[in-house]
Amino acid sequence: MTSATATAAVAVAPPARSTFGAFVRRHPTVMIGGALLLVIVLASIAAPWLGTVDPISIDPSHRLRGPSADNWFGTDRFGRDLYSRVIYGGRISLIVGLSVAALATLIGLAIGLVSGYLRAVDAVVMRVMDGMMAIPAIMLAIALIALSKASVLIVIVAVTLPEVPRVVRLVRSIVLTIREQPYIEAATAIGTSVPRIMLRHLLPNALPPLIVQATYICASAVLIEAALSFLGAGTPPEIPSWGNIMAEARPYFQLKPWMVLLPGVFLAVTVLAINLVGDGLRDMLDPRLARRM
Amino acid sequence: MHVFLIRRLLAAVPVIVVVTIFVFALLHLAPGDPAAIIAGDLATAEDVAKIRAKLGLDQPLLIQFFTWIGQLVRGDLGNSIFSAHPVSELIGQRLEPTLSLTLMTLFISVLLAVPLGVIAAWRVGSWIDRAVMGFAVFGFSVPGFVIGYVLIWLFAIELDWLPVQGYTPLSKGVWPWLSNILLPSITLALAYMALIARITRAAMLETLSQDYIRTAHAKGLATEDVLRRHALRNAAIPIVTVIGIGVALLIGGVVVTESVFAIPGLGRLTVDAILRRDYPVIQGIILVFSGAYVVVNLVVDMLYTVLDPRIRY
Repeated sequence: MTSATATAAVAVAPPARSTFGAFVRRHPTVMIGGALLLVIVLASIAAPWLGTVDPISIDPSHRLRGPSADNWFGTDRFGRDLYSRVIYGGRISLIVGLSVAALATLIGLAIGLVSGYLRAVDAVVMRVMDGMMAIPAIMLAIALIALSKASVLIVIVAVTLPEVPRVVRLVRSIVLTIREQPYIEAATAIGTSVPRIMLRHLLPNALPPLIVQATYICASAVLIEAALSFLGAGTPPEIPSWGNIMAEARPYFQLKPWMVLLPGVFLAVTVLAINLVGDGLRDMLDPRLARRM
Repeated sequence: MHVFLIRRLLAAVPVIVVVTIFVFALLHLAPGDPAAIIAGDLATAEDVAKIRAKLGLDQPLLIQFFTWIGQLVRGDLGNSIFSAHPVSELIGQRLEPTLSLTLMTLFISVLLAVPLGVIAAWRVGSWIDRAVMGFAVFGFSVPGFVIGYVLIWLFAIELDWLPVQGYTPLSKGVWPWLSNILLPSITLALAYMALIARITRAAMLETLSQDYIRTAHAKGLATEDVLRRHALRNAAIPIVTVIGIGVALLIGGVVVTESVFAIPGLGRLTVDAILRRDYPVIQGIILVFSGAYVVVNLVVDMLYTVLDPRIRY
């Protein structure tokens, strides 16, 4: 008995490993994206141990220095170490990206499930979603932030709001195609409750595309947070974020372009990495879509 | 056609209504007292009360809403808190730079992205295809303001070919206008091009696998004719659709791009309004932008019937 299980395990294991290997070989970009993202995440978490100093400590005698052994990226107009600010700035981007992806997906999932399954709610909800989608995401976020005291929480809420309709539409369209399937009819016929049908039958079907969508939302949230902070309507200036580091360096761009470009490169690489992971997940979870895109 | 037109216009009404309610509600949904936040940290209780009265926030909610709607219908967007000028006037003054920027972006994007997508689909799997798809991921990931600064650094500072920033009205000559608008348009076009190229490729792949394409090839048509007249024509609907949807992307990009290139358009007006917490101006701009989005997508819907005569509403 034991030996039979062992043989079975051995027989099963190699193909599993080779499919992973084959996948990696077929999608080298996913590996690059995933590896980059891992490095960025680890760097943000381990920021205090990466040769950084306090990113908000001011040193007026060392203002606007060029890159040197002490200050790898130079210093800003208050003499703060730019390298430390950029490394710590990644934390804000990742926190906002992950929170928005999680929040928008959960809220959108709830609204989408209900809207797709209950005809009565559907018409009203979808008109509201259409209206929200007509307002450009950045403008919606700007309007909310202009009326609130600047904080990271407000940024998260303001970036989440315009992303919700996209999730609702996705979930709803999946629910609409699945609800006509015979097994849903069967479930209803044997008296399964509506919440149970949603959780046991509709949710598992919506999950794979939803995970892919969440990745793209994460990338878009990182971009919007940076844009908002760059415009002065995002993360408060006392917390370093890539957007506000770039904004503060703008007056010195012609003489010291690296002050603007370095945080920009970090931002671009992060968004690129998240998008590459998203593309990879899409190829893995939804091969049909992968061929079309 | 007329019936369709009217039906489409009617369908746009709920969207506009939701947008207006939303923009109105934002003022009341926001945490805290908007009057106090607009007044700033140094304001006295009297200042706050004055702003509250100015915004009509001391009135009952329903009266506020209908006063606001009543003004809107007459084209009155209210007055700026900061300068007391009518918001519609402020927006009107900033329209030309923003229109120049968006139209130039649209022109560049469609001109380059559609052929790129067609070639990528035609030579699917080749190095051209991979280059276009790589560009699409890149264009979608690199934020506009980063690209903008790289372009300024390269073309305006290092090579000194084009001006660093600013805007010259078209009435002052085509070249001065073009030289100022070129870099911001390219900046803005990258993300848009990425989107259009990707959809064009996908739509073309779909049509190129159809039987009539094989027939067209078999009867000896030149490849160019097959691609343009048979394949692209039939792939046009999703492409035009995504150009319409992408306008939302474009509008978001305008705000950031105008800020980078110091263009005195609607985007700059937005940023100034944020810094001064000039809420009526922000409300007005959101309405104008959303209205533009709805109108563009209305036009796209009407193009469907032109592009594909089989579509009747």
